Amino acid sequence: MQTTFGSTDKPSTQQSAQAGSLAPVARGGGRLWEQRLRVPFSWRWVLGRRARDLMAQRCVGLLALAATLLAPFICLALLVRSWPILSARPLGELIFSTTWRPQQQVFGFLPFIMGTIWVTGIAMIIAVPPSLLTAIYLAEYASPRIRSWSKPFVDLLAGIPSVIYGIWGVLAIVPLVQHVLAPALNRSLGFLPLFRATNSTGYSVLAGGIVLAVMVFPIIISLAEEVMTAVPQGLREASLALGATRWQTVKHVVMRRALPGITAVVILGFSRAFGETIAVLMVVGNLSQTPKSLFDAAYPLTALIANNYGEMMSIPLYDAALMAAALVLLLVVLVFNVASRLVLKRWLQAR
Amino acid sequence: MNRRRLEEKLFVGLMMASALLVLGSLALILGTVVWRGLPALNLAMLTQTPQGGYYLGGEGGILNAIIGSLCLAGGATMAALIVSLPIAFYLRVYSRSSPPQSVRSKGTGLLRRVDHREVVRLALDVLWGIPSIVYGAVGFIVMLWLGLRASLLGGIIALALLELPIMVRGMDEAIAMVPAELKEASFALGATRLETSLRVILRQTLPGLVTAMLLAFGRGIGDAASVLFTAGYTDRLPDSLLSPVASLPLAVFFQLATPFPNVQQRAYAAALVLTAIVLLLSLTSRYLASRLARYAVS
Repeated sequence: MQTTFGSTDKPSTQQSAQAGSLAPVARGGGRLWEQRLRVPFSWRWVLGRRARDLMAQRCVGLLALAATLLAPFICLALLVRSWPILSARPLGELIFSTTWRPQQQVFGFLPFIMGTIWVTGIAMIIAVPPSLLTAIYLAEYASPRIRSWSKPFVDLLAGIPSVIYGIWGVLAIVPLVQHVLAPALNRSLGFLPLFRATNSTGYSVLAGGIVLAVMVFPIIISLAEEVMTAVPQGLREASLALGATRWQTVKHVVMRRALPGITAVVILGFSRAFGETIAVLMVVGNLSQTPKSLFDAAYPLTALIANNYGEMMSIPLYDAALMAAALVLLLVVLVFNVASRLVLKRWLQAR
Repeated sequence: MNRRRLEEKLFVGLMMASALLVLGSLALILGTVVWRGLPALNLAMLTQTPQGGYYLGGEGGILNAIIGSLCLAGGATMAALIVSLPIAFYLRVYSRSSPPQSVRSKGTGLLRRVDHREVVRLALDVLWGIPSIVYGAVGFIVMLWLGLRASLLGGIIALALLELPIMVRGMDEAIAMVPAELKEASFALGATRLETSLRVILRQTLPGLVTAMLLAFGRGIGDAASVLFTAGYTDRLPDSLLSPVASLPLAVFFQLATPFPNVQQRAYAAALVLTAIVLLLSLTSRYLASRLARYAVS
């Protein structure tokens, strides 16, 4: 910003004193600051400081408006691109049919939707207890030194690119599932269809769930810690004064008070896991089937879009179908995000 | 009495275990990448582009991906900066309702009551949560409208959209930390809001702004899903805005997908390079934040 302090503009008092026509003229009734101030046109005014400020105000407001309208614009763009398939096929068939044959223009999204739900569900089940416990530890039990040390670590975990998570999944988690978890659980709990594994390759919803769970840790931990520290200290002190142990205070007072905030945080984590693409597609097997067991492969919506973008322009309706998948993804994530953000905002501000 | 103590001990133990689990997974991830990537990393990998037959085991390196990623993320960060700095100023400086801003006296309904800043912040938070593949799809749609093919420019558009909410949020928080007295002193001396923003606030928040930019850069360089459609892939170094460009995450992804073990080794090396870049950015942003803070008035 190469602005100089020696401004060449004359101070405004001199301006209005010299040429009386440059003085602002009030229009409309009311107090001075409610009136629209009109300044007659002159080149000196246009290049002046107030004009620059006014132009900057308009620009800045316009950009802010554009940013606000960006999310609806994204929705609209996806809707427009997926309109061919949304108008050509009944919605029920798209959502609930399981046949996926793009060449024959048959698009049934159910396996992919189920795949996404399975992977995300497993990820949340694995991720929520440890992250909430860690957040409780950081918010209630940890010394300030440990808390200041933990923040960089959590940020680091959040900053790792998703390809790296995918590589870690392929190198560490897939063999783990294949050689350790699948045989063990099949032997012990194999009578339940959930745990049945027949020659698992390791590429499964469980592997995807584990990788996603680690990706979701940092979000839940950092936000849940914020929510819990926003609980008024007086409540904790009252509980402790009544003789409760620290854990009892947390369990009965803090968590109960923070429950809406914690729910919102979990939902945010869910929507993050819902939309994750690369890490999941590297470990989940990409088989277009509805998973019935933890060790089945699946094909989440995000992986569908990522894997098939290359062919989508060459087959009619295929690109509309993939854009429709993206639209579904977007709508789910939007609804969850808006709801939980509103709850979180209200919660964090009011306390 | 005993039961309560026992329950407390149990849960504290569980908490410690969870914290260790989280830390342990971080260590495991970094450890795996380093352990598998380091053996395959050599100077040729870093300084050469893929020669013929690279993906079948031939000579070459990932220089195209490294330079390509830097160009993509750099261009996107610049583009996002141009848009997000004004928005951050809007949120913190311009949209205070105060005289003598020309306030319309009509419209006492919804338009007046709703805090415009909170609406913008909510919209930005929502944008933050949108999956990156949706940004890739939107970038693709915009590219089709503009008549572009998979190119550096397309990748920059998609990544800039992705980086925008991160940057605005970082800048918003940075500007919030400027003491109000400083802003008020500036206004009291007769500076317009533009002058205050550019001459006073900007200098104060420089560390925070740089941190926000580096954060966004780090996010952009590691993202694969948004550049998948929009930037394409190529073996050459980036030479124009309108030709496809390679990126590190995609280099990792494509090399991993080959059936040749020695090419897969290269994928691990590329992953190590990417992780190193991201870690370096993270450390640099912390260092710069503390270093540049000496220009700020405390």
